[in-house]
Amino acid sequence: MSSNNNRELSYSLAINEAITQLMDADSTVMLIGQGVKSPWYVGNTCNDLIKRFGEERVIDTPVSENAMTGAAVGAAIAGMKAMVVHPRADFVLYAFDPIINQAANWHYMSGGQSNVPVVFWLIVNRGGEQAAQHSQALHSVFAHIPGLKVVMPSTAYDAKGLMIASINDNNPVVFSDDRWLYSQKGIVPEELYEIPMGKGIVRNEGKDITLVSYSYMAVESAKAVGELKKESVSVEFIDLRTIKPFDEDLIINSVKKTGKLVVADGSWKTNSFASEIISSVNEKAFEFLKAPSARVCLPDTPAPSASSLENVYYPDYKNIIDAIKSVLKWKKEK
Amino acid sequence: MDFSKELLKKLYCTMLRIRHCEESLIEPILDGSVRCPVHLYSGQEAIAAGVCSNLEEKDYVFGNHRSHGHYLAKGGDMNAMVAEIYGKSTGSAKGRGGSMHLIDVENGIMGVAPIVAGTISLALGAALSSKVKKDNRVTVTFFGDGATGEGVLYESLNFASLKKLPVIFVCENNYYSTHLHISEIRTNDNISEIAKPFGMACFKVDGNNIFDVYEKSKEAVNLCRGGKGPVFMEFLTYRLRGHVGPDDNVQGSHTDIRPKEEIENWRKKDPLIFLSSYLLKNNIFSQQQLDEMKKEVEKEVSAAKAFAVNSEKPSKEELNYYVFKQ
Ligand SMILES: Cc1ncc(C[n+]2csc(CCOP(=O)(O)OP(=O)(O)O)c2C)c(N)n1
Ligand SMILES: [Mg+2]
Repeated sequence: MSSNNNRELSYSLAINEAITQLMDADSTVMLIGQGVKSPWYVGNTCNDLIKRFGEERVIDTPVSENAMTGAAVGAAIAGMKAMVVHPRADFVLYAFDPIINQAANWHYMSGGQSNVPVVFWLIVNRGGEQAAQHSQALHSVFAHIPGLKVVMPSTAYDAKGLMIASINDNNPVVFSDDRWLYSQKGIVPEELYEIPMGKGIVRNEGKDITLVSYSYMAVESAKAVGELKKESVSVEFIDLRTIKPFDEDLIINSVKKTGKLVVADGSWKTNSFASEIISSVNEKAFEFLKAPSARVCLPDTPAPSASSLENVYYPDYKNIIDAIKSVLKWKKEK
Repeated sequence: MDFSKELLKKLYCTMLRIRHCEESLIEPILDGSVRCPVHLYSGQEAIAAGVCSNLEEKDYVFGNHRSHGHYLAKGGDMNAMVAEIYGKSTGSAKGRGGSMHLIDVENGIMGVAPIVAGTISLALGAALSSKVKKDNRVTVTFFGDGATGEGVLYESLNFASLKKLPVIFVCENNYYSTHLHISEIRTNDNISEIAKPFGMACFKVDGNNIFDVYEKSKEAVNLCRGGKGPVFMEFLTYRLRGHVGPDDNVQGSHTDIRPKEEIENWRKKDPLIFLSSYLLKNNIFSQQQLDEMKKEVEKEVSAAKAFAVNSEKPSKEELNYYVFKQ
């Protein structure tokens, strides 16, 4: 296939291209979910899919999250590569049973006889005064569950490569993206390619402190890194891309060098995946740590409606800068 | 059935209050001073007015994402609702909920929530509590045709019937759930049939005809109050505005796929026009009297807007309030 190496694509159209190309290449790939016909739900990620592949393989559904998710799991068990999209992560809460009880446990419970190549595609859609039931990011919950993989791309390039890797994976994968990323542009190769699951990437090399994030918080992190550069603070910034499994070695090696760690995660602080990263660094690299690690997360509070509260609820690059500075300043009290 | 002049005035004014309050939100939505998602109730007023005017203050209602009408008809304070929609600390949920989380416990508005079918089982529990406490309350749960896709509706119908709970399931069938016509989500549009196998009373009602709505709701409330509940009611209606905001096509998502002629036909069946022409034709009220009622309502609506606009936003120091009751 000829390839234009400099083509720019938005994050959402990179997802669209990934699904389109895989559906073209593999007739067992199918997509089911609410709103695949409607940009109000899924942006332009599902553009033309029904037109190209028909309503048997691309299905807009009744409001029936539990059954539709179970159907995707069942289709996967029966040999399809099934994807189910929840246009808001909040709606997936009706579908915990097929995801957690069934899909995540299935391969283990069957002693390896049956596997579930399904993608649970959850779109985080928040801000805009939408309040508590239309704002939630649940990746940390899913990362807690054995048998589920969880990917969280932050760039258009990764979105395409990880969507393809997710669909091709033999196991249930939670693909968690964020409407705040959809207009991000980046260079995206035209051909099919995979980003290996569980591999993070160093986006900026540095020596003073390690900053880890994923999904939308990686965008805020990149801004923080740029600002801090102006103040001669050298941040090693790792975009994890997949949180389950996660690239522990990449983080440990970086912390061995910097001795300091901040993690920025878009979910609530208590039991956020940030906490998991920090404990694994404590376990594996304690002797290299020169300061307590810090988390930049949402407060343990439901999403508010009023903009005055939203403005302080969602952390941004300034909160990351503050956290980095306070870790850098830390001194052991005598 | 006889409708007293007083009752007719009450029904008309309730519908008018809802319509004017809803339409007053359009400008602030378009100019960005209202930011939260707003699902307007315009076109469906007869249902909220007709159902709620049969309820007592102590009775409970639960709603969904399109619940401004339920809230106002059940006696919710307009100022607090509009302030909530503006995200102000004087709002019914102190700016924490927005349009989709109206509440007024004192007036029996127990809560509304935009997770489709999310409050149906809560209504079940409220009715259960009335049964245990023998407080003779009736609980109403309002939901749309879209909610018939959710399994929890059927689980709730079964349990309500099994335990003979005083709960009324009100399905406002406006033929669309977001971008999908009912024919794309069901093999038939005969929603009231779904409750029949559970052995409860089922009504299918013209939701734009306030007289039918009122009479059938009275029957349903009486059944529940007399220990003969639950009841399922399907009201046929149509929203005159977009799924969210005034017009999905104007606002950029271009997802209103409803045919123009269909919208025009339903405009002719506007429940407010239906009632006002009845009132005029039968010389129950003069045009002048109707105009006076309208003026009163307009006054209330602009006062509510002024109240909302002049109220403060919640201060950021209060971000983590209300997570737990202290
Ligand atoms: C569990 C869940 N899934 C999906 C949605 C997205 N959604 C918002 S409103 C709606 C459908 C509304 O249709 P209907 O119930 O008929 O009410 P209407 O808007 O017509 O009043 C949907 C699917 C949601 N809010 N909750
Ligand atoms: Mg509807």
